[in-house]
Amino acid sequence: MADADQVLDCSGLNCPLPVLKTKKAVDAMSPGQVLQMISTDPGSQNDITAWCKRTNNELLGSATEGGKFIFSIKKS
Amino acid sequence: MSTKMTIIATKGTLDWAYPPFILGSTAAALDFDVTIFFTFYGLTLLRKKITAQVSPLGNPAMPMKMPMGPKWFRNITWNIPNFVQSLVPGYEALATTLMKKTISNVGVASVGELRELCQEAGVKMLACQMTVDLFGFEQSDFIDGIEFVGASTYLDVASDAQINLFT
Repeated sequence: MADADQVLDCSGLNCPLPVLKTKKAVDAMSPGQVLQMISTDPGSQNDITAWCKRTNNELLGSATEGGKFIFSIKKS
Repeated sequence: MSTKMTIIATKGTLDWAYPPFILGSTAAALDFDVTIFFTFYGLTLLRKKITAQVSPLGNPAMPMKMPMGPKWFRNITWNIPNFVQSLVPGYEALATTLMKKTISNVGVASVGELRELCQEAGVKMLACQMTVDLFGFEQSDFIDGIEFVGASTYLDVASDAQINLFT
């Protein structure tokens, strides 16, 4: 996974907080920077994909590690 | 041009407070232009202090579970007879306390937190002036940054929106 400029840990948070916090974090970043978001909400797999699609930010990749979902998002 | 969405919020109980604020804040995070029209009991969600409660009475699909103790205990669904629910003083207050505990246990935001997130994200909130008069409220009872309007203002906004929801 790409090196992240910023890491956002949303572990323990439920819908819609991971998406809302991701939005806030990405808004504060510069274009081209990469956010790594960590979540424990299984719904966030589809939700983050949908959010990236709608907001034209690029989902570079996602992974599952021991019950945690890790997303790499590049700000467009 | 961004997607426009409106929601009509008509209910003021704790459980029904969630759909408009979850969908509103999430839609704003998706860069939608969001307007929520609060009318009838939904209007109470715009008061300065949210006092929404939940009632298991007349809410037969609501699982009654305990938010504390070992897992087997939490998994029990308590079937409380209607006459107990209606006669025991403070039953709704108890159910509300238990529901709020469950909400924080599973990492779901409080209604107040979601409302703040909506405000921060620029969700437009319209309060129904007719409901203010109907229930004898004052405009000063409500949070700042909202507009007091009637049905035609809502319908004007809704006619330009791609998504219009009723909750």
